[in-house]
Amino acid sequence: MMRFHLRVPVLLAAASLLLPAAAAAQATRAGELRYPPLPAFDIPQPERVVLDNGMVVMLLEDHELPLVDATALIRTGSRFDPADKVGLAGLGAEVLRSGGTQSMPGDALDDFLESRAAAIEVNAGDGETRATLSSLKPDFPQVLRVFADVLRRPAFDNAKLEVARNQAIAEVSRRNDDAGRVAAREFRKVVYGADSPYGRTETFATLGSIRRDDLVAWHRTSFYPDRIVLGLVGDFQREEALRLIREAFGDWQKGPAWKPPEAPYRRQPSPGVYYVEKDDVTQSYVQMGHLGVLVSDPDFYALEVLNHVLSGSFASRLFNNVRTRKGLAYSVFGGVDSEWDHPGVASLFLSTKTETTAAGIEALLEEARNLQALPPTQDEVEKARQSLLNSFVFRFDTRREVLARQLLLEYYGYPLDWLSRYRSGIEAVTVEQVRQAARRLRPEEFTILVVGPSQGMEKPLSTFGPVTRVDVSLPEPPQGGRR
Amino acid sequence: MKRNLLRSFLAALLLALATAAAAQDLKSFEAKTTVHKLANGWTFVIVERPVAPVFSFATIADVGSAQEVPGITGLAHMFEHMAFKGTPNIGTTDYAAEKPALEALEAAYQAYEAERLSPRPDAKKLESLLAEFKAKQQQAARYVVHNEFDDILEREGGVGLNASTGADATNYFYSLPANKVELFAFLESERFQHPVFREFYEERNVVREERRMSYESRPIGRLVEQFVTMAFQYHPYQQPGIGSPSDLEAISITDAERFFQTYYVPSNLYTAIVGDVHAETLIPILEKYFGRIAARPVPPPLRTVEPPQVAERTTVLEDPSQPFYLEGYHKPAETHPDQPVYDAIDDILSTGRTSRLYRSLVRDKKLAVDVESFSGFPGQKYPNLWAVLGVPAFGVTDQQVQAAIHEELERLKSEDVTDEELAKFKARSQANLVRALRSNQGLAAQLAEYQRLYGDWRELFRYIDRLNRVTKADIRRVAAETFRASNRTVTMIVNRETKTPAPGK
Repeated sequence: MMRFHLRVPVLLAAASLLLPAAAAAQATRAGELRYPPLPAFDIPQPERVVLDNGMVVMLLEDHELPLVDATALIRTGSRFDPADKVGLAGLGAEVLRSGGTQSMPGDALDDFLESRAAAIEVNAGDGETRATLSSLKPDFPQVLRVFADVLRRPAFDNAKLEVARNQAIAEVSRRNDDAGRVAAREFRKVVYGADSPYGRTETFATLGSIRRDDLVAWHRTSFYPDRIVLGLVGDFQREEALRLIREAFGDWQKGPAWKPPEAPYRRQPSPGVYYVEKDDVTQSYVQMGHLGVLVSDPDFYALEVLNHVLSGSFASRLFNNVRTRKGLAYSVFGGVDSEWDHPGVASLFLSTKTETTAAGIEALLEEARNLQALPPTQDEVEKARQSLLNSFVFRFDTRREVLARQLLLEYYGYPLDWLSRYRSGIEAVTVEQVRQAARRLRPEEFTILVVGPSQGMEKPLSTFGPVTRVDVSLPEPPQGGRR
Repeated sequence: MKRNLLRSFLAALLLALATAAAAQDLKSFEAKTTVHKLANGWTFVIVERPVAPVFSFATIADVGSAQEVPGITGLAHMFEHMAFKGTPNIGTTDYAAEKPALEALEAAYQAYEAERLSPRPDAKKLESLLAEFKAKQQQAARYVVHNEFDDILEREGGVGLNASTGADATNYFYSLPANKVELFAFLESERFQHPVFREFYEERNVVREERRMSYESRPIGRLVEQFVTMAFQYHPYQQPGIGSPSDLEAISITDAERFFQTYYVPSNLYTAIVGDVHAETLIPILEKYFGRIAARPVPPPLRTVEPPQVAERTTVLEDPSQPFYLEGYHKPAETHPDQPVYDAIDDILSTGRTSRLYRSLVRDKKLAVDVESFSGFPGQKYPNLWAVLGVPAFGVTDQQVQAAIHEELERLKSEDVTDEELAKFKARSQANLVRALRSNQGLAAQLAEYQRLYGDWRELFRYIDRLNRVTKADIRRVAAETFRASNRTVTMIVNRETKTPAPGK
């Protein structure tokens, strides 16, 4: 291969004159390169402080730029919504912020923040509600006080509830417009159960039934300092920041003893084909799989490696075989996903033109079966481990992401040195463990969800099992739904 | 009134603080930033930011779908995909044997295409030519090591590996641990020195699927395709970057070779590297690897200029989706002195909950659930569009949203914006710059982009001074010049079933 760099010999000679020490032979293969060791770089450790009222505070200074960010994780979320008021936490979180506080109406709060190029936002996830603050350093003391007011003394302005409801209703009315979103949503409904807090979705009716009183009650029963983990990262000094936090939150009273309500889900598989008809697309969207695992699963590290082999990179099995070789899809991915406190989903996904729907399903099934029939090789496992370990530094290269992870570990009760354990866990994974873990994907139990046109597939979907048609049509909005 | 006065006082104070901070940033950035242009014309911007032992880079090629002509639409994007397929040194088991196999494949493809596109193709002949092409495809495939380029990078800890193609620029980017700069230099120079277009026809199918997914199966994709096609009558910005379906089924390795030779010349490439790197040791490595590439002629400039629009254009797309409303107005290129004024208009109209469109359409009239305006669509380098997308609330028509948007655009022409609005825009722009400085990858992309558009990365910081000089009169002038019916292109999605929804309001 030498002929390829003989084309530019003069420039090369010049380069070697510039810096003889670094000008070792130019590589023509990546394998010829030798790397110096990565400089020592420890995982930054946030400080953890518990206030007298039980609020856990985590602090991580970062003085590079004059910015401060805060995040509060609050123990409430869509998972805890009552069945007839699904959407309560979503609307509650939005109006908590947009509705202003008892001392500052929503519009004034908007002006206050935006004139300072600051932001406070609140979003309900399924298992946690997240309030974030972002501000320039000089404004931080003032913005933090307002942040505390938003969490502690919201006004829940009725007019802002109507704005939020209007947005949520539009969202419901548009939920079948994008096939990818239909597939993801309906897959969860089948796997977790349509009534499960992990599968259900808000409707015109549940959104329509939510009143201001419901938001007030939601706040009253969920927002207590001992159910909040607060994190700060940025350009502050710890003593000063702790003083400000104590001023803003210190006199907030602890809540009553509390246990999160159960969030039931379907434990049995739901094998078979589930079909959603959608005729305005030129592709079928296919998602197949079943329940996944928890982060605390004993197979977790082996599954991380397995996921990498299957789909974790541009050179993974799914990408190589389904996309590059067969040209069946632009978007293809899969894996056994984990969640902190309930099983994630284990699934494979692709979207492919209608005429190759069956070929796409077959390709995914083949890849799922091959994890056992052609188990991960020594080389595949080694490559995945190397990739995970060599890129490990990117899991803590910014202090913001370090703090964000620590908050979640604290919130979900995981050890705070989880990241170090992760590295050792990946280092220790063996080929045999990865092959064992591959059995966690059980193609014979797969729910195969297909969203796509009713005409033009090359084989009937019944080729892959009994077909259940899924009706996603929206019920008529209640009269007066427009208000 | 007292409160307002207090507010503007605070805003002015803040502005002063933020200006000081920004100026300091340019100074401190100059101290840690090095520009190095190779003899072949490739420009590098290096920023030493040793906060963690990692670095990111962005390479921007000054080429996009605007450089395509009918017949090869989609090729700029297709080339971007091919830039991951390897070189004579990467992605092959035996290049000496693969090279003739690829030449035979291309000859077979050209023979097939010639027959397919002839006035009266012979079905039998076509069939045998296709069979011949497929046989050659299989032969060439025998030497391929799939995705080896990505594989090497990922094995060594590369993350965020990706690329994107725009209307006038193509971006390539990823991050690596700091001890692997030589790997970056090797791989990045390899793929632009001698890319090998292996698996081209397989990848074309992948891109065809991308078109189906992003443009054909999503309401917003269908809307945008109609919109750009309508808004430009002559300028190639009219071509959706993904390409026409028929071109995507026709473009060839020969086309890609020609495109590469013409546009991927070193003087058309800009790379910014940000992170735990040292210019002193990095530059010799860049010379060694990127210096291998021979200089080639500067690509021909784009000649076509979109003539002034003389009549409003409206397209109504009857679609199964809920309604969307999109309108755009022609405006000058990003480098025009008025660009900061468009940014001010954008900010005042649609950024945040205090913006005029949010307060009018979302909060008060409840006609829309989201309104976003954006400048620099579909590209930045040539005169482009300022556009606004409205998402109607349930039961509201596009026409109601249109009327409410026009009311706000008219107000910009007839009244000055307030002191608070202007101060807020300036404070926010400065804070955004500070926030942009905390991501290696984001910063690399911005520096490379400013180097490409302005020939100097410092314009990223100087732009703040330009923003600070925007006046109320500028905003009225630019609004009056721009927001005219005859300068407008409207595209809307009307729900096929409920063409006229029950009047909600």
